[in-house]
Amino acid sequence: MGVVVENLDLFWSGFLRTLLMSVAAGVIALLLGTVLAGFRVSPVPPLRALGTGYVNVVRNTPLTAVFVLVVFGLPQVDLTFQNYVLAAIVALSVYTSAFVCEVVRSGINSVAAGQAEAARALGLTFRQSLGTVVLPQAFRTVVPPLGNVWIALVKNTSIAGGGFAVADIAFYGPSIIRDNPGSALWVFAGVAFFYMVITVPSAIAISRIERRTAIVR
Amino acid sequence: MTERPAGEPLVRLSGVNKWFGELHVLQDIDLTIDRGEVVVVIGPSGSGKSTLCRTINRLESIENGEITIDGQRLPEEGKELARLRADVGMVFQSFNLFAHKTVLENVTLGPIKVRKQSKADAEKRARELLDRVGVGHQADKVPAQLSGGQQQRVAIARALAMDPKVMLFDEPTSALDPEMINEVLDVMTSLARDGMTMIVVTHEMGFARRAANRVVFMDGGRIVESATPEEFFTNPTSDRAKDFLSKILNH
Repeated sequence: MGVVVENLDLFWSGFLRTLLMSVAAGVIALLLGTVLAGFRVSPVPPLRALGTGYVNVVRNTPLTAVFVLVVFGLPQVDLTFQNYVLAAIVALSVYTSAFVCEVVRSGINSVAAGQAEAARALGLTFRQSLGTVVLPQAFRTVVPPLGNVWIALVKNTSIAGGGFAVADIAFYGPSIIRDNPGSALWVFAGVAFFYMVITVPSAIAISRIERRTAIVR
Repeated sequence: MTERPAGEPLVRLSGVNKWFGELHVLQDIDLTIDRGEVVVVIGPSGSGKSTLCRTINRLESIENGEITIDGQRLPEEGKELARLRADVGMVFQSFNLFAHKTVLENVTLGPIKVRKQSKADAEKRARELLDRVGVGHQADKVPAQLSGGQQQRVAIARALAMDPKVMLFDEPTSALDPEMINEVLDVMTSLARDGMTMIVVTHEMGFARRAANRVVFMDGGRIVESATPEEFFTNPTSDRAKDFLSKILNH
């Protein structure tokens, strides 16, 4: 356990980077995923096809492959990121948005059809009825699965440190072990602990949000 | 034939056909509704009367034929359709109040989002309408806290807030407990008296007698009879209507 305390500064600096990637990618993925879900239920066929195509390609690609494409593929078309943290945020956002899209879409489908009909009958456009009537109700039913996506995202950030030299928690773990042979178990316990510093409070917050936003029907 | 003063009818359906897969739910429907007219559509289950009602604001699309409202052909999709729907009020069997919004917000949503009214104006008018339908003191509750009859009256206020040219009622009392039916019918009757153009799909024969200018009887996707309530209830011409009336009026 001493090894964790001795390297607390490294763990802390890695933790902050993990948190930064998680929050940034989480926000972007939530926005992008919601837009994609809107595409998938849109009355306009090309938008539907775009949404479906995106989800099917991205969701079925391993995250590591998405990272490789962003870090080494995009520079081929002259799109180079200034640093790996930024590239990691892009890769994580692209990947996670596909999962957010499907969660939000299932929420949209859970809203009674009459709600959207009533909105359209009032003269709201598709986008207005989605934004003001359907999505606010959809989000409330998908708080738990969105929480799952968030927690998976937090842990997925470790691909950035493990394989792409972003100095996050998963990056410092192995490097501390190299400097302190025989301490692997304690270091990994420390790594797990710092992920849990994000995920466990998140889980508690998620169930609180779920209770607070429940709709009486 | 007498000259109609209003000229072009407010709602006109001509040669309308619709299929649900193999099922021909609307067959060559011709129907015109004049300004201020109250038309009650009755008929057995599956006769197509709800579908007919829902085609008028294009919640159901049609395969062929033409529907015009105030001389304007129903657009197929997009902003023009939304604009036209704003002028056509709709009241549903299952109320469909927005579950996450208060009663007041339900009524102000359309005027604010579609008519671009200020929040203050929309709320003032919404409170007047809620008072008019007798649920003014429920304005800050959410729909689930109201009885069915109260919810349906809110739904009527929500539709009226858009100042529609015509109101569609799709079996507005069919989901209500018997003791709540009259409070909704009373509101509808007073609307009819005030000159609102209404198309009402219902099983409430009392309302048809009391408030309708015309009864349209449907069966098997066709309009079988169209007559004044007096003529229809005392002297129906088709066998199908006679049979229908004998079944529902004898108990």
